Amino acid sequence: MTDIAQTVGNTDIMTDGDESHQQYLTFILAGEEYGVDILRVQEIKGWDTVTQIPNTPEYIRGVINLRGTIVPIIDMRVRFGLEDLGYGPTTVVIVLKVNSDDKSRIMGIVVDGVSDVYNMPDEEIKPSPDFGSAVDTDFVKGLATVNEKMVIVLDIDHMCNSDELSNIDSATN
Amino acid sequence: MTIDMTQFLQTFYEESFEGLDVMESELLNLDVGAADEETINTIFRAAHSIKGGSGTFGLTAVAEYTHVMETLLDEMRDGRRQVTQESVDVLLRSVDVLRGMLTALRDEEDLDSQSIGESQKELDVLLASGGDAVVSGTTAAQSTDQVQQSEEKNTGWKISFSPHINMLKTGNDTVRMLRELAELGEMELTANVENIPDFSELDPEESHMRWNIHLSGDVTEEQIREIFEWVDDECDLELQPIKSAPATDTEKQPEAAPATTERRSSADRRSGDRRKASSESASIRVSIDKVDELINTVGELVITQSMLGQFGEAEEFTPEHIEKLRDGLGQLERYTRELQESVMRIRMLPISFVFQRFPRLVHDLSGKLNKQIELKMSGEGTELDKTVMEKIGDPLVHLVRNSIDHGIEMPDVRKQNGKSEMGVVHLNAYHQGGNIVIEITDDGAGLNREKILNKAIKSGLVSESDQLTDEQIDDLVFHPGLSTADEVSDISGRGVGMDVVRKNIRSLGGAVDVKSMPGKGSTFSIRLPLTLAILDGQLVTVGDETYIVPLVSIVESIQVKQADVNLINGRGEVYKLRDEYIPVVRLYHMFGNKPQSTTLDDGLLVVVEAEGQKMALYVDDLQGQQQVVIKSLETNFKKVEGISGATILGDGTVALILDISGLVLLNKIAGVPDLSVVDSDIEAA
Repeated sequence: MTDIAQTVGNTDIMTDGDESHQQYLTFILAGEEYGVDILRVQEIKGWDTVTQIPNTPEYIRGVINLRGTIVPIIDMRVRFGLEDLGYGPTTVVIVLKVNSDDKSRIMGIVVDGVSDVYNMPDEEIKPSPDFGSAVDTDFVKGLATVNEKMVIVLDIDHMCNSDELSNIDSATN
Repeated sequence: MTIDMTQFLQTFYEESFEGLDVMESELLNLDVGAADEETINTIFRAAHSIKGGSGTFGLTAVAEYTHVMETLLDEMRDGRRQVTQESVDVLLRSVDVLRGMLTALRDEEDLDSQSIGESQKELDVLLASGGDAVVSGTTAAQSTDQVQQSEEKNTGWKISFSPHINMLKTGNDTVRMLRELAELGEMELTANVENIPDFSELDPEESHMRWNIHLSGDVTEEQIREIFEWVDDECDLELQPIKSAPATDTEKQPEAAPATTERRSSADRRSGDRRKASSESASIRVSIDKVDELINTVGELVITQSMLGQFGEAEEFTPEHIEKLRDGLGQLERYTRELQESVMRIRMLPISFVFQRFPRLVHDLSGKLNKQIELKMSGEGTELDKTVMEKIGDPLVHLVRNSIDHGIEMPDVRKQNGKSEMGVVHLNAYHQGGNIVIEITDDGAGLNREKILNKAIKSGLVSESDQLTDEQIDDLVFHPGLSTADEVSDISGRGVGMDVVRKNIRSLGGAVDVKSMPGKGSTFSIRLPLTLAILDGQLVTVGDETYIVPLVSIVESIQVKQADVNLINGRGEVYKLRDEYIPVVRLYHMFGNKPQSTTLDDGLLVVVEAEGQKMALYVDDLQGQQQVVIKSLETNFKKVEGISGATILGDGTVALILDISGLVLLNKIAGVPDLSVVDSDIEAA
């Protein structure tokens, strides 16, 4: 754990001078390409069985053992209300470091497959249009075009701290 | 050369708090009138290091305050002042104030200047009184000395400074001291090097030089002494004032004051920066033996690993290899277990850390209640987990207070009953199995069963027709709302205590009970698991999932026939276990997963108990029992109702640990579902 944190910390320093040029890891979900800040990605692993947690929303698939740490797994298809197609050979879990309030948590997201790594300057990420209540764009940091394809850049801190995932409960207990 | 002192600040606070604990316990050990010199010395040393340390860190307020205490102790040490009950009490109070000051500084809060002022006044008054017995010439002479000093203006000092040969080895730096001295005024320095041996015999860690210093400027003796404070007994220091005609030195005073405040505020700022980091990283002290043991085990483990590694490199795998492999795996298992045990032991601390606060408590309480009480302690070396220790402190304090307040009788009553006037409270700790047992025994009146029973009947807890055994009556003291003290005091008696004690101990996975003999006294015993990191668990399966039930909460596991279970109102299932009706809770209902079977005949009932309630959990099957390492779900997720944590099983998968008291509550809130509806849903799924 500390090792990982340190490595991530080091890369932070390395790219400090080049903040406007961030790298994003993209993944595929129902045909669309989504991007997350690559510095937040801890590892990518194949889908494996999880231990279900009772009385939690369906999109929380359960928990896995990641080298001794208990990590919750979130199914992005269910989270975004997409059709649940089951898991195939390309289905992967992206393990992310999520910052919430005062601490950072490790969480995994299940996606259809990983795609690519892009360099995207901040100014190329445009705000997403407002769809009103029809489409929830809360978790979208912005949209960017790479090689004439659109990439939806996600705000993972926001996404993994809302609703049932927020740790307010644990703080009060 | 600047050193970042803030990194040591945390250590300073820790050591100071330890020092205060030492001072407190030694002050209580002081025999009034005939004080042991060594004891006073110990107290003095503790105060001295706090003063020195706080000076170094620029915590002027603490340093000044401690200085007054130190002066008082110094007089006691030299026999110039007699140790009186009054002075011990004042010193005890000042220990509290000092602790408050240090806590406030550490947490970057405002100092409680009122209580500091009051206590300082108290100390000053005591100091000025010069002790009741020895109003000797020394103190008087000293004070006149001081008066003279302020009247006569010093133009400088002649200082002869000869460090002892070993002074450098204790970490003191002469260059630093001389530099500080130079800051006070103009300094002329002559070094005396005649004692330096030949180069071939020279040990750079020894100090052979002596200095004659001529320091001119308006410097007080105290300022100079302060610089050499740390090496007080490691050098010969002679001070000779060079005096000129008397003059007013008022002009100097206002200059000095702002300088100190400035220094302090900058120190406060620095401590503020450190605070966040320090509050997160609490540290523990580990004895070197434990670390050595750990290193030894790791060494053995590495050897075993390299031995096993050879098999991977071998070109062919022969039958002899199997034998060796088996040996190697056996060793690996043994060393892994040893490693686990020694790592656990690092978190273990002797229970004396908790016990040491009781002498003070007993001292204060016996004075307040006019009772004579002797505190006996045994088994202080018994070790238990640091986390458990932190949580057991308050319940223990409550029980001890209770014993003193309710248990021990007033001296005259004791005499009438043919007991010695001195009551005894005995704290004892020992290991039993995987548990630690802490007993609080008093030789007081014992529990008044009649009174407890009356009170319980009055509050409707039991009905008059109930036939209760003595044990059951005694157990009622842990019920909320029952206090048998005639009067509510600020010590105990509000009846909110004992149930909280039991609740806190239960939340640690422990138990508390009481044995009492009328007229002879009572014993409260607390039983706690040695550690919170490992738990004895029973593995159960429901459908595809494995859950762990803490072994402590299991009463028994039984196989029942559907016919033995009755339905209340067509829904709530109850099972009659001997003479008790126990609600049956189907775990798959609660957790919403698919069981192997929904008929009771195919599965098992695990009868568990929590919060004083029994409950029968219906599970598909029982697996083995094993020790599991508790992992928090909250680290990366959040608390889940009915689940206390998770663990990793031998095959690497995660299993959830059931929180039995949480399940009892959950069951009450969720209510009982309509069996037929839920079960048909499950079968359809």
